[in-house]
Amino acid sequence: MTTTQTEQTSALNGGFPPASRPVRRKLGRQATTRIADGVTFAVLAVGAIVMIAPLLWMVSTSLKTKIEVFALPPVWIPEVPQWDTYVRMWEDSLILSGFQNSIIVSLTVTVIGTFTCALAAFALAKMRMPFRNAIFIGLLSGIMIPFPTLMIPQFVMFSKIGWVDTLLPLIVPAIFGNIVMIFFLRQYLENVPNSIVEAAKIDGASYWQIFWRLILPIIRPAVAAQFILWFMAVWNDYLAPILYLNTPERQTLQVVIANMNVQYATQRDYPLIMGASFVALLPILVVFLVFQRQIVESVALTGSKG
Amino acid sequence: MSTSGTSRMHRSEHRWALLFVAAPVVGYLLFTLYPVCMAFYTSLTNSNGLGIARFVGLDNYVRVLSDGYFLQSLFNTFFYMIGIPIGLALSLALAIGMNRAIPLRSALRTIYYVPVISSLAAIAILWQWAYNGDFGLVNQVLAWFGIEGPNWLADKDFAKPAIIAMAVWKGLGYSMILYLAAIQSVPRSLYEAAELDGANGWQKFRAITLPMVQPVTFFLVVTNVIGGAQIFTEINIMTPQGGPELSTASAVWYIWRQAFKYQQMGYGTAMAIVLGLLILVITLIQFRLNRRNNFVLD
Repeated sequence: MTTTQTEQTSALNGGFPPASRPVRRKLGRQATTRIADGVTFAVLAVGAIVMIAPLLWMVSTSLKTKIEVFALPPVWIPEVPQWDTYVRMWEDSLILSGFQNSIIVSLTVTVIGTFTCALAAFALAKMRMPFRNAIFIGLLSGIMIPFPTLMIPQFVMFSKIGWVDTLLPLIVPAIFGNIVMIFFLRQYLENVPNSIVEAAKIDGASYWQIFWRLILPIIRPAVAAQFILWFMAVWNDYLAPILYLNTPERQTLQVVIANMNVQYATQRDYPLIMGASFVALLPILVVFLVFQRQIVESVALTGSKG
Repeated sequence: MSTSGTSRMHRSEHRWALLFVAAPVVGYLLFTLYPVCMAFYTSLTNSNGLGIARFVGLDNYVRVLSDGYFLQSLFNTFFYMIGIPIGLALSLALAIGMNRAIPLRSALRTIYYVPVISSLAAIAILWQWAYNGDFGLVNQVLAWFGIEGPNWLADKDFAKPAIIAMAVWKGLGYSMILYLAAIQSVPRSLYEAAELDGANGWQKFRAITLPMVQPVTFFLVVTNVIGGAQIFTEINIMTPQGGPELSTASAVWYIWRQAFKYQQMGYGTAMAIVLGLLILVITLIQFRLNRRNNFVLD
């Protein structure tokens, strides 16, 4: 980047070789830049080691024997990796049912919820409707109420209809839509010209057709990014699941590993705890590594739009 | 087209539009507005969530203000927010570094971002073990430098800083990405003009970078304060008993315990409302200050 900059500057000079003193200064500056880049890289690399070390240690601990975990001086890399940890965790624990429950909740919420959000965003951005702004601002006001303030009355409400200890309280409120997603999709649609909707109307398309055939394909990148972010949030949620889910077989993965953390700590089975925790964060890690660019871009957008 | 035709068309559009927004509106009424109204009512009763609740007026609110444990947990919650400026300063520095032409940029960016996407429960479990006095990663690494670390989470003085350090570690990548996007959108011509005027690196940072990323700083402070005020998962997993002498208990943790372990739904709701109002007021103050700042900048 720096070289192109200097090339541009000399191009601006009309291609004439600049006088000797500026050249020396420029060279000096380039050298300093290169040194600064090197130092920056070194610092960032050390930082990256600090960032990743706990996770590596987690994996390495999961492959140790119980003796190695408590060895002094510490064993950093297990002598014989105990892959067995990743086999026995499925037998001794509720990880499998935890996985199933987490998948049921996360997928139902995000698939249906994304659909409701997209539909609402279309109406709020592109359709004539009485009190359109009032409705939008009303929905937006919901953001200001934090979940802890709502959790007790919501719990009482769901316990009255017998939904405690089922996945329903985690699913049902969310499939009605999520205002953050509506906000971003609406924002995205603001950049889509009204004329294409008007043209489709004149062609006799129904509003449903306009949404399904025209709007949805246009907003697909935004929908995909928001879908992934929402999926991660639901998958990683911990507070709502521990309020509602008592029966071990009905708990989501995050609650299962938290309970294992308590249960197996007394047996000092840290390899199992670390292995289970690693497995719990693995699906999202894979999703992130695959969709990295889209995720990072949409996160960066969050800041500028917020 | 006749006027009546147009209005008929509009009416049909209105109906469809209302149908399309129906789900979020109904969801808002059922799962936000109704619970909020219920919360205000419940907070005036001695409800235990099951039997008949007796109306007790403002007793719960009086109790909130005199409950030493709640005030302690509120203090802890705000104490954790020391991590916010630390995290922002570090992530801004990281973003400035990442903006340079360094090797392995995208790999580094990925590594910094991994803790952000990792499940908080798993991360809390990991760090609880990493903070173990004898066998934890933190003290084993400190031992290389001849430092004998404390048993972090069991120590009244070190538990809170330990949790702050973990939260900074987890959030760094997120703020870094936002700052990096903001820095990259600063026109290069501004820096070039400053260089022509002979500005040094620090002056360019103060006069250009910092003001240009101010909207991101504001966004991050607001969202981090709102999120930080609701800190729960890491507290409940790393210190299931709220830490030594309740030194790590957060407000949400204490509310959760009173409401769901001791069935004090009425009292729990009153505390939750106080917390919700505190968050609201702090957020409004921040928006006010931000407006004034922007005015000065103009």
